[in-house]
Amino acid sequence: MGKNVKGVLGEKLGMTQVWDDANRVVPVTVIKAGPCVVTQVRSPEVDGYSAVQLGYGAIEPRKVNKPDAGHFAKAGAAPKRYLVELRTDDASEYTLGQEIGLETFEAGQEVDITGTTKGKGYSGVMKRHGFHGVSASHGAHRNHRKPGSIGACATPGRVFRGMRMAGRDGNERKTIQNLQIHSIDAEKGVLLVKGAVPGSKGSLVLIRTAAKGA
Amino acid sequence: MNTLDAIDSASLRDDVPDFRPGDSLKVHVKVVEGSRSRVQVFAGVVIRRQGGGIRETFTVRKVSFGTGVERTFPVHSPIIESIEVVSRGDVRRAKLYYLRDLRGKAAKIREKREIAK
Repeated sequence: MGKNVKGVLGEKLGMTQVWDDANRVVPVTVIKAGPCVVTQVRSPEVDGYSAVQLGYGAIEPRKVNKPDAGHFAKAGAAPKRYLVELRTDDASEYTLGQEIGLETFEAGQEVDITGTTKGKGYSGVMKRHGFHGVSASHGAHRNHRKPGSIGACATPGRVFRGMRMAGRDGNERKTIQNLQIHSIDAEKGVLLVKGAVPGSKGSLVLIRTAAKGA
Repeated sequence: MNTLDAIDSASLRDDVPDFRPGDSLKVHVKVVEGSRSRVQVFAGVVIRRQGGGIRETFTVRKVSFGTGVERTFPVHSPIIESIEVVSRGDVRRAKLYYLRDLRGKAAKIREKREIAK
């Protein structure tokens, strides 16, 4: 029933454009992917589920605390800055300390990419939820970007829970599904993914095989 | 140097001649019709260049059977076979949108007189 998920951690470098075979412009996000190292293999017998833990990113050994240092030493790997677990049924095929790079994927394949979106701070409903606001003219008075009504009167006599209002926007984990890998440059160690990816330049992204892929 | 220059450099063309707004160009464009491919010439005046690097584009305006036609190309587009500079124009601004309101002789651009070195 389960799925064999493959994944790799990387860093978003930015966006640019390239031309495809039909000479059309393709907007691409450039991601420096890998190398990742397997730091732990979860098995149903020991952990109750099957997963593989990946580490990515250089870190000064001085900054690693003793428990983490021991964890990496057990895997026989240099300490890494980020750890992530990947639920996959073929976890037993991975070995501790194994290196995983961008050869995991191939050009044309569809992937899901997870990252942390850019923080927007305290934002109004138009920016945060895409509300239309109020008319710019026709006698509208100082309410151009307001939400309008947030509920009825004495019945129910309260505002329903979950009503979309102004508040902190962005800086949350988001996954974009079914992004196509345009090409892979193994020499430079970068993936070119068609379309936009959450996060700012230099932020951590997790690339996985598409959950809804064929 | 920017982070992505190395990736962009693969798509950049190095055979783009030097041209500016006001110059008359002949742009040789590859046109694919079914399985056949041929070259079509779009000749006119450059009315703008905008953007930079791999994203830079330019717009060529011509008057075809009394109708103004403008076509915008990416400078580094692979559909361009070649660019031929016919003449250099003497203009005083970077965006020649005023040409859209002019007809006939008024829409002519003076040719730049090369200063003898």
